[in-house]
Amino acid sequence: MPLSKIWVFAEPSESGISTTSLELVTAAAGFASTVEVFSYGVGSEVGQLLGDHGASKVVVVTDLNGVLAGTGVASVMAQRVPSEAPDAVFFASTPEGRDAAARLSAKLNLPVLTNVVNLSIDGDQLVSENAIFGGSEIVSARFTSSGPGLYIIRAKSFAAESKGGSAASVEEVSVGDIGSAGKARIVQSHVEARTGPKLDEASVVVSGGRGLGQQESYQLVEELAKLLNGAPGASRAIVDAGWVPYSYQVGQTGKTVKPTVYIACGISGATQHMVGMKGAKNIIAINKDADAPIFTIADLGIVGDVHKVLPKLIEAIKAKG
Amino acid sequence: MNIAVCVKQIPDQSVPGKLDPSTHNLVREGKLILDDSDSYGVEMALQLVDRAGGGEVTLISMAPNGEVSGLRTALAMGADKAVLVSDPALAGSDALTTAKVLAAAIRRNPFDLVMAATESTDGYTGTVPVQIAEILDIPSVSFAKKVDIDNGVLKVQRQTESGYDEVECPLPALVSVTAGVVEPRYPSFKGIMAAKSKPVDTVDVAGLGVGALGVGQEIVTVRAAEERASGTVVVDEGEGYQQIVEFLESIKVI
Ligand SMILES: Cc1cc2nc3c(=O)[nH]c(=O)nc-3n(C[C@H](O)[C@H](O)[C@H](O)COP(=O)(O)OP(=O)(O)OC[C@H]3O[C@@H](n4cnc5c(N)ncnc54)[C@H](O)[C@@H]3O)c2cc1C
Ligand SMILES: Nc1ncnc2c1ncn2[C@@H]1O[C@H](COP(=O)(O)O)[C@@H](O)[C@H]1O
Repeated sequence: MPLSKIWVFAEPSESGISTTSLELVTAAAGFASTVEVFSYGVGSEVGQLLGDHGASKVVVVTDLNGVLAGTGVASVMAQRVPSEAPDAVFFASTPEGRDAAARLSAKLNLPVLTNVVNLSIDGDQLVSENAIFGGSEIVSARFTSSGPGLYIIRAKSFAAESKGGSAASVEEVSVGDIGSAGKARIVQSHVEARTGPKLDEASVVVSGGRGLGQQESYQLVEELAKLLNGAPGASRAIVDAGWVPYSYQVGQTGKTVKPTVYIACGISGATQHMVGMKGAKNIIAINKDADAPIFTIADLGIVGDVHKVLPKLIEAIKAKG
Repeated sequence: MNIAVCVKQIPDQSVPGKLDPSTHNLVREGKLILDDSDSYGVEMALQLVDRAGGGEVTLISMAPNGEVSGLRTALAMGADKAVLVSDPALAGSDALTTAKVLAAAIRRNPFDLVMAATESTDGYTGTVPVQIAEILDIPSVSFAKKVDIDNGVLKVQRQTESGYDEVECPLPALVSVTAGVVEPRYPSFKGIMAAKSKPVDTVDVAGLGVGALGVGQEIVTVRAAEERASGTVVVDEGEGYQQIVEFLESIKVI
């Protein structure tokens, strides 16, 4: 193994650990002989899942008491870096992952490589890749400073693989005094209910954009998604407009999806949107503007009005039963 | 209520970006404009100061060549003054260096709150704001979609992967806002005229008194990404849906 130790900041989900975090653990296990995970809000049962993906140890921060997770876990990591000297620390490109990486970076005076979509080894060093200018160019970069390299990695850059490893040991730790950073506290959490498959795991994603014209028309997107056993998604324009919650957003600041088919309805195809869905196996776009950038990446493009195409499409699929 | 708002001045995004072939730095020539992402922070700050019944909104920016056009836009929206850090030594700064410089610039004036955007349009590291908070030793709330201040307590609705959290925090603190947190105003003619005479305190790295600023990362190569071939584009004449049905059948989704 080229590296000896990688740490992964892992986020909880209903199934234990988020898929994105498991992707990072799997990737880390491909580069380093020891993978250790830092997590929160999970019980010791995650030891099995994480061990399966290649981790040998899980440090669970138990008493956040409302402290923002990224801030709290970064504080625990910072205390241990000097004595445990990991070669690299992986974070997902999520709100918590970014918070944790930014706090750790400033605490230890370490730079961060962000928006990473691939990693490889050159000699004994990691080289990262990130896509710029809407994915048209790939930049490879590496650290020149000493100390652990901090990487913020985009979802779906690696596959999560269960390797059948034995359970990781679980160490519960207290967050301790984290100073003024700990004064921001969550007083209440709201989970926006969704039905059907998860947006970032669905094999069909139907997304709507500003071209729907009005919030009510989003029903067409939801109905089509449901008929295809898929998940409805959205461009940021309609999230900002308040038509749908942020958890529906696909793109640079939202979710990365890689479904079998992505159907973009009334979405122009801004670079920040495409970054989140370009990896789909098949892309269908409906847009009334023949010059919309989304058509440059679509396998099938329909130049037309979503209000005309979608109702007929829904009827036709229903008729097929 | 005194609020420092970080505003980045960036190349016009409607012009395709390019990298300098030798330094791999983003080419920043010509006029820079206010990053749209930061117009939300400016608006939010103006409204919070207004609601508090007084105080100042100070813009904080780091940009090459003494660039002020983006700052003038934000001053025209109603901000009171600006601190601009400009120094050739800062070309190609990474996020941590940027955060150190901005934190030092913020300290030049008393502040209760620091505002920034969740991520910039051209850099989108999304780490600068929270790095600033750590350097200033203050709490931070990122990904804010709603911001209020009630009796000196900051109240934020913070986006999460599955919904949102209500977060409370005493001041001083930093908030990074998402687009959609407020609707930014357009500068009025009066605002544009007034902006011309508002103070911009321009400093270089020596004047800021920050210590050594190394960059700890380098670009190794830049290459063109594999292009996704575009497929068939058809104009809907009433039967476009049928093409979609056939396509979905061909990939066995239906
Ligand atoms: C830092 C940053 C991060 C960002 N992150 C994201 C992100 O994560 N996700 C994201 O999506 N965006 C993101 N954006 C925003 C992005 O730049 C675009 O503004 C956004 O994606 C546009 O959404 P849209 O395509 O729905 O709207 P528009 O760009 O307004 O496009 C609407 C489209 O609908 C078409 N249309 C209109 N009427 C009809 C009709 N009746 N039938 C069919 N078509 C019609 C129009 O031709 C047009 O192409 C980000 C921006 C920044 C600066
Ligand atoms: N050079 C800069 N000058 C002023 N503010 C900045 C600068 N760079 C980053 N910021 C602030 O930090 C936010 C996030 O930037 P980034 O971390 O680059 O995505 C920006 O939207 C700004 O609010």
